Amino acid sequence: MTVLRVNIWRGDAQGAYQRFDVPRHASQTVLDVVTYVQRVLDPTLAYRFACRVGMCGSCAMTVNGVARWTCRTHVDRVAREDRLEIAPLRNLPAVRDLVADMSGFFEKWARAGGSFKGARTRRDNFEPIAPQSPARLQVDAGIECIGCAVCYASCDVVAQNPAYLGPAALNRAWTLVNDARDVAGAERLRAVAGDAGCHSCHTQMGCTQHCPKKLSPTAAIAGLKRATAGAWLSGEL
Amino acid sequence: MNARRETLLWLAQRASAAVLALCVVVHLATMIYAIQGGLSAAEILGRTRGNVGWLAFYTTFVLAIAVHAPIGLRPVLGEWLGWRGASRDAALSALALVLAALGMRAVLGVFT
Amino acid sequence: MRGHTGYWAFIVHRVSGVLLVLFLPGHFIALGSALEGAAEFDAFLEWTRMPAVKFAEWGIVVLLAAHLAGGLRVLALEFLPWRDWQKTLAALAAAVSLAVGLAFALALVR
Repeated sequence: MTVLRVNIWRGDAQGAYQRFDVPRHASQTVLDVVTYVQRVLDPTLAYRFACRVGMCGSCAMTVNGVARWTCRTHVDRVAREDRLEIAPLRNLPAVRDLVADMSGFFEKWARAGGSFKGARTRRDNFEPIAPQSPARLQVDAGIECIGCAVCYASCDVVAQNPAYLGPAALNRAWTLVNDARDVAGAERLRAVAGDAGCHSCHTQMGCTQHCPKKLSPTAAIAGLKRATAGAWLSGEL
Repeated sequence: MNARRETLLWLAQRASAAVLALCVVVHLATMIYAIQGGLSAAEILGRTRGNVGWLAFYTTFVLAIAVHAPIGLRPVLGEWLGWRGASRDAALSALALVLAALGMRAVLGVFT
Repeated sequence: MRGHTGYWAFIVHRVSGVLLVLFLPGHFIALGSALEGAAEFDAFLEWTRMPAVKFAEWGIVVLLAAHLAGGLRVLALEFLPWRDWQKTLAALAAAVSLAVGLAFALALVR
């Protein structure tokens, strides 16, 4: 029976890695490993999960330096010489052990104009949206985001610019910019322009590289750059 | 307002980048051709003095640089040196003027 | 995060840009010496024949090519319709810079 040597972060901003030895199995995920530690070895370990089948994004953590969904990460793919290092997501305050405080992430989502604003009521007709229209295709490319913060944890700009809204918030803003039913228009473009917004993206593409849903916030942010420039040129910004 | 300023700077940076892409390709190709077999002042100045076409080209090149370089430096100063605010923008405007002045002096020296 | 391709593309682009801005005023001042006439300019050209200077010139050409290639990558990512292969633009950019550097090196030694 092989044994995995697992180092797990304990504490919050202050803390240390604690070593656990976990039996290794075939088809084992990193979430299985963390669950084993908490149930069998140390019940005081704090961590998050929900669906455990790759749909909710709650189990996102830093595994061997890379942000991943632990339920979708097979140990075979990441453990070198039977070693694993597990820490909470980067760029977010640690609550305890493997639990990160997501409130700042969602607060930026709101600040980027990340919520839909409509003008029609139930008494009006539906807005006809052609599924293959260029704008709708742009929306479709980014709409599957579930707010897991892996992109946010993988972004170097977020790491050194505390005000930067981040890839997820900007990606969501882009889907709304392209939504024909939304009326927040210029106000949202103003929210996403500037130092804290799309203009601080340096196309390092950490977000696109690590998104578990294969979305591309880099493309969305590029779209926001073009949209804000267009709005400036037409005097709307 | 921050949003408007950043958007304008982004536009100016991309526009000057497009101009510079062309200028740099031409400049590199010309230099690779020109330096073969060595250089002398007489050779160079013989070809460049009074040449209006190249004068126009290099004037465009210099002005595009005067726009592109300061805007490019701006995030570096902000992110790596923590220098932001009005003093940074003032310094970069000065840099733009210095580059334009030195560049035009060189252009005039070589082409007129 | 440190280590992936896009990060290095960013670093090369930024560092080459900063070095070029530091180099440019010197380049302009040297060329401006031509204003004083051919003799001044020749004195400067004499200095550029030193091997160390030729090596520095080659370095600057490589920096310029690298910065251009990196810049074209950014323009492609920001303005062209999105394609998956755009992620490998960084590799393309590196290859092009190398080619230019080699061409210039060849011209320098001929």
